[in-house]
Amino acid sequence: MNGAGATFPYPLLNSIITKYSTNVKPNAKINYQPIGSGGGISDLKTKTVDFAASDAPLSASDAAGAPNAVHIPETIGAVTLAYNLPGVPSGLHLTGKVIADIFQVTITTWNDPAIQSLNTNVTLPSKAIVTVHRSDGSGTTFIFTGYLSASSSSWNSSVGQGKTVAWPNAPGGAIGSNGNTGVASTVNGTQYAIGYVELAYALQNGMTVAAVQNPAGNWIRPTLESTQLAVQSGAASGLPAGNESWTSVSLLNAPDANAYPIASFTYLLTYKELNVIPGMTQERATALVQFLWYVVHDGQDLAPGLAYAKLPSNVVQIDEATIRSLTFNGQQLPTT
Amino acid sequence: MRGAPQISLNFLTQSTSGGGIGPAIQGTLILIGLTSLIGIPLGILSGVYLAEFGNNKYAATMRTVNDILTEFPSIVVGITVYGVIVIALIGEYSAIAGAIALSFILIPIVARTTEESLKLVPNNVREASLALGVHKWRTTLSVVLPAAKSGLVTGTLLAVARIAGETAPLIMTILGNRYFFQGLTQPMAALPLEIWRDSLQPQVSLQAQGWGAALILILIVLSLNIAVRIASIGRLKK
Amino acid sequence: MIILLITGYTLTTGSVPVLQRFGSNFFFGTAWNPVEGRELFGALPYVMGTLVTSGIALLIGVPLSLGIAIFLVEMAPRALRVPVGYLVELLAAVPSVIYGLWGLFIFRYWMLHYIETPISTYLGWIPIFSGTPFGLDIFTAGTILAIMIIPTVASISKEVISAVPNSIREGAYSIGATKWEVIRYWILSYGRSGIFGAVILGLGRAVGETMAVSMLIGNATGPAAIPTSLFKPSQTMASLIANGFLEATGSLEVAAYIGVGLILLLLSLLINVVAHVMVSRLLKVKGGAIE
Repeated sequence: MNGAGATFPYPLLNSIITKYSTNVKPNAKINYQPIGSGGGISDLKTKTVDFAASDAPLSASDAAGAPNAVHIPETIGAVTLAYNLPGVPSGLHLTGKVIADIFQVTITTWNDPAIQSLNTNVTLPSKAIVTVHRSDGSGTTFIFTGYLSASSSSWNSSVGQGKTVAWPNAPGGAIGSNGNTGVASTVNGTQYAIGYVELAYALQNGMTVAAVQNPAGNWIRPTLESTQLAVQSGAASGLPAGNESWTSVSLLNAPDANAYPIASFTYLLTYKELNVIPGMTQERATALVQFLWYVVHDGQDLAPGLAYAKLPSNVVQIDEATIRSLTFNGQQLPTT
Repeated sequence: MRGAPQISLNFLTQSTSGGGIGPAIQGTLILIGLTSLIGIPLGILSGVYLAEFGNNKYAATMRTVNDILTEFPSIVVGITVYGVIVIALIGEYSAIAGAIALSFILIPIVARTTEESLKLVPNNVREASLALGVHKWRTTLSVVLPAAKSGLVTGTLLAVARIAGETAPLIMTILGNRYFFQGLTQPMAALPLEIWRDSLQPQVSLQAQGWGAALILILIVLSLNIAVRIASIGRLKK
Repeated sequence: MIILLITGYTLTTGSVPVLQRFGSNFFFGTAWNPVEGRELFGALPYVMGTLVTSGIALLIGVPLSLGIAIFLVEMAPRALRVPVGYLVELLAAVPSVIYGLWGLFIFRYWMLHYIETPISTYLGWIPIFSGTPFGLDIFTAGTILAIMIIPTVASISKEVISAVPNSIREGAYSIGATKWEVIRYWILSYGRSGIFGAVILGLGRAVGETMAVSMLIGNATGPAAIPTSLFKPSQTMASLIANGFLEATGSLEVAAYIGVGLILLLLSLLINVVAHVMVSRLLKVKGGAIE
């Protein structure tokens, strides 16, 4: 059985598959390959894979190309702001508006009053800011630009949200780098740079990251706990069912007083009626359903160890209903 | 090299579940084999045609086309094969699609180097053979080709080394696999894919695995290189 | 031949939507905005980026490669010839991802500290050296391309030079030519066609390289990608496709990347025609050599 899509959940899915095929179903052969969310969605449409993964939900036009596809939220991503300022440790205070202004080049130096006034305890250098962004299309960029659009009306109207956007050119330099590794390496190797990387990457590599102000007015550092609070409070109610549209679901600026504001679900995607996938058999469909069930249950225990947040129980319940609704030739399939 | 500490028997023989790159090594060997099988004969044949029978308009066009193909970004080859083979013909990511994509890259390089090596064979060699009444095709096969052997071997090895390290077209054709070879029409693993994916992951252990895979890939190409050299030297001595 | 037809057909049909929408603006425009509903695609900066980086690669790579080839064949002692030859070929086996990662983690700092910073300090007033260097720019990308084409160009040139019949060398020496003159006027001129072939293959690698370039060129998009200075981030057509295609969502965006592929095809055609014209001129003027 083959799956493809988002890079972000790959380490988690990799570990889950390894554990599943050693401890639970020794004969299960589940192959997940990280080709990117866009690739995953396009493979879902062309039915070249049995399941896909994406950091962004299916848009209206995607959904039209993949009728009766279902969303299964599987884990949560958070985006951190990493910077390289000699002498300034982790925890620089930034607000959503300031971050948007930096990337939109209305703030161009580090000691701009807008940044300095948020950080009265440190002296910021009068150096031009170098912005670093992902050059490859990416779910991380999608989440990050979604946050900037929510924080700044001028960003929203002039740049907008996307997996790739037209990045404004900073006078200090705007560098596009490949993957989280590229952005992280560029930030680490370039003084006065700021860029965005996934939480798991920042945590595993001990990067210097900013504390971002949330709607409650608190300065929140990106951690597993603050991300967990974001999903618990942000997804507490009002989530759609698996076969509905998830485009309006947002974990950005979640209400909890200690929640980190830049977080989002990532999804597994497949078809409600599995016989539309060429070569699908009753046996393969059953194996897929059982694997999905494992991912949202026991698989979640592996998440914290790899710096991913666990799904809260109300989301797991929605996933359970979705997985139970999957059929092959109209028949329900056993989940264990 | 950062990869050295990674290498152990386990690393080389286990599937991804066991923390190894066994499937990727196997996949790369299969790809090299299949691609050589499809690409080298076709490439040499085109090169021979261009060099020995290529004094007409048609061959000139073909030569230009061939040069353009060598400039083709491998990712565009990937896009083409993805559209034609993966989506339209097979409907699934597959090992054979990867081999076809790599052949598209291999053929023009081999053709170009073959043509150049043959051109360097002095004309009097050909004339001598033709004067003896040997047919042109026979002359080419048994006189000209052996005379250009060293150049042929170098060109072919360079081309194989190049395709062994190609990543971009593989992303769109063989997808990658956690398990050992499952059939020509199934997704398959390969070392360059493994290196690319692992090195972009946050986990330090995966990054280290990527460096290890890179070292293995270089060693495979190197040993292939040496093996072919030894074989060709041995034959020359006879 | 057939491959080219299939590719050309796929690329042409694939890029129809974007060509219909933007017409010639797609070729000569400079904007690039893939956000759904605001799409705007112009390929000009990437065409220029490709030409400049490949040009740098050839400028640095070809003389070095020829130097290596000549040294190996004409001057190096036997004991050195074989191992150095292997070493050069081994470089061809290094996957481009590895060149990219090595470039990103190590090489760009060398470029930044030892080459770009001094040049920018003393020659920053020259427009092509303007701007603050980061090590992730056109110059670094061109240099890594030069390193990547050296094995191809050097190995093939080596074969070409060794195939120059000894009678030619002896003849030249016998009329009193010095070693340099022999190399310059006889050997290089006899092997011209072969060396040209090697350069074409090298150029092919440089124009089509994706992974290493996208890790080092800074990947600017839109008007910022126009290569006005060597120390500026830019973008090539190949790296643009590699960066965006896999994650492209809207059908117009996919068409735009395929369209860039089509331009690349046309550009290769142009480069080749120009190169052939140049070579046939050379051959006519100097005459007497091969063909």
